[in-house]
Amino acid sequence: MAGNAAAWAGGGDPAEKLRRVELRERYEDDLFLVRGPAGWVAAAVLAGGLAALPLVAPKYLIYIASLVAVNAVIAVGLNVLVGYTGQISLGHAGFVAIGAYAFGIVAARIPWTPAAGAWGVPWIAGLIAAGAVSAVFGLLVGLPALRLTGPYLTIATLGFGIAVHQVLINWEWLSGGRAGLFVPKLTFAGRPLGDAEIYWIALIVSAALTVLAFHIVRSYVGRAFVAIRDSDIAAEVMGVSLTTYKTTAFAVSAAYAGLGGGLYAIVLHYLEPNQFTLLESITYFSMIVVGGLGTIPGSVLGAALLTILPLEFSGFRQWQPVVYGLAIIVVMALEPRGVYGRWLKIKRWFKTWPF
Amino acid sequence: MALLAQYVIGGLAAGGLYALVALGIVLLYRTSRILNFAHGDLATFGTFIAFSLLVTYHSPFAIASAGALLITGVIGAAFYFLILRPARDASLLGKIVITLGFALLLQGTSTLLWGTDTKVLPFPLSDVRVYRLGGLVVSQISIGSFLIGLVLMGLVYVLVQRTKVGLAMRAVSQNLVAAQALGIPAKSIFALTWGLASALGATAGILLAPVALLDPSMMLDPFLKGFSAAVLGGIDSPPGAVAGGLLLGVIEAVFAGYVSVRFKTTLAFLIIIAVLIVRPEGMLGREYKRRV
Repeated sequence: MAGNAAAWAGGGDPAEKLRRVELRERYEDDLFLVRGPAGWVAAAVLAGGLAALPLVAPKYLIYIASLVAVNAVIAVGLNVLVGYTGQISLGHAGFVAIGAYAFGIVAARIPWTPAAGAWGVPWIAGLIAAGAVSAVFGLLVGLPALRLTGPYLTIATLGFGIAVHQVLINWEWLSGGRAGLFVPKLTFAGRPLGDAEIYWIALIVSAALTVLAFHIVRSYVGRAFVAIRDSDIAAEVMGVSLTTYKTTAFAVSAAYAGLGGGLYAIVLHYLEPNQFTLLESITYFSMIVVGGLGTIPGSVLGAALLTILPLEFSGFRQWQPVVYGLAIIVVMALEPRGVYGRWLKIKRWFKTWPF
Repeated sequence: MALLAQYVIGGLAAGGLYALVALGIVLLYRTSRILNFAHGDLATFGTFIAFSLLVTYHSPFAIASAGALLITGVIGAAFYFLILRPARDASLLGKIVITLGFALLLQGTSTLLWGTDTKVLPFPLSDVRVYRLGGLVVSQISIGSFLIGLVLMGLVYVLVQRTKVGLAMRAVSQNLVAAQALGIPAKSIFALTWGLASALGATAGILLAPVALLDPSMMLDPFLKGFSAAVLGGIDSPPGAVAGGLLLGVIEAVFAGYVSVRFKTTLAFLIIIAVLIVRPEGMLGREYKRRV
């Protein structure tokens, strides 16, 4: 198509025309998150805007933005599993819950010295524990998943999510039961952090994990994931170990969900088993499908959309499920490849205009 | 021993309902490969319609339930025609997400129309009147709903295995293009399957309503159990769905009776995962083969 464009344009510098339609010569060219000077400017503006948000936005907006950052981490992780590796999980709220409670227990129940608190150790240790514990459970769930596909895998993961929820409700020592578990506000150098600072923490962790996920999927590990998704038999014939990479995908995805759960505990200060029901698993799943399966930016977009939408309608609480359901149906009916797929189509249309 | 038998009887009554729910899910999955997450909420919606016909319009029970089943079936078929069919470019996962959206929509609509407070559906069979069969106590309603369930399962079997419509359904599920080339109206068959499965779900809802309480989330747990039962039995096998449902009901009741009520759902899912590890295609599912 690029060659055609130059031929069509006739005169002028052919190389210049080629650059305009982005001739990609190497496979790696296809995989950059940020492309060209315009892309870098857009990324810088986006990052600056997000970082400056607490300076201008009202308090509830900062809170919503923090939740978007948290859900983006979970959605990105889920997309690595569903969109890239082709394994379904309808139990992700279980991993999120495990991460959140791991964080809560490390931060609230372990007697840290004030000095450790001054260096921010409890929450860093808590986040690491959240990711690690959740990843171990991801490995455990990934093992039966080696043999299961489609509806069978759906039920197995769904059962895992429900089992975690039930254990949390009934094991009161662990979860604080129905009374809930209070997570102390983060402190740094003896001073409790404000909403804006917590938002920045969530934003930085979320952005770092998103970029990391992008690098995972463009590495050989990511190519193995995609090969398994497209045809597991062909992948195995080509030398991709299904055992290794399927369980890796589950572990990575669960680690992301666990880190998201840890951030969730930081943002909310309060954990209760009913924050991690099947409905949450379904919401995370909807985020990545609405945003765009198998795309990292799509996961973030979907997370933002499905986090903001229900909160915006919280004034009409009884209408919320109706609006939410209709929104999902409309997006899926109009654009099967998700919001990000539509965005790519629009971008391509303008880039190749008038062709 | 008598206690065990009593638990088994209770489990069979619950399992019969799981089996009805599972049967609807399996019928849909066989023809369209879609896991219908709106199955439970559609069933609740149908039960609410029966409630309105009975209480607000004072219709006799038979007319109210028949009307509710008909309306639910029409809603199911309409969902296929108006939403799922226009979105046929969507991937399978996309379609599953559409049914999730439909489930939320239905649940929200039920809440808006009927409120979240629990309601009692007047039912001709009594929950309190019991029969004693050699030391075992069985309530009138469990016998009634179990028998109705058995009759419906038999009817579904006859429909799928012994009629031309059933033959068309099986043909569409095995090879859509070939079936269409042979002149089978695939669209109507899909719509019929959606309607039939939805009406089956609503039947389960109406039978459950007198035992559970009728509110917008009434069918959530039975739907999950029915879904699990379908997977346990093998998601493309109607006899598997019935066997899975009954088995799940009995295991749950026995575990709840002897060990712990609180962890019975957890146990149910652990058993299903264990069975799936041994037999990834469920108890009676076809052996999982694929052409490379």
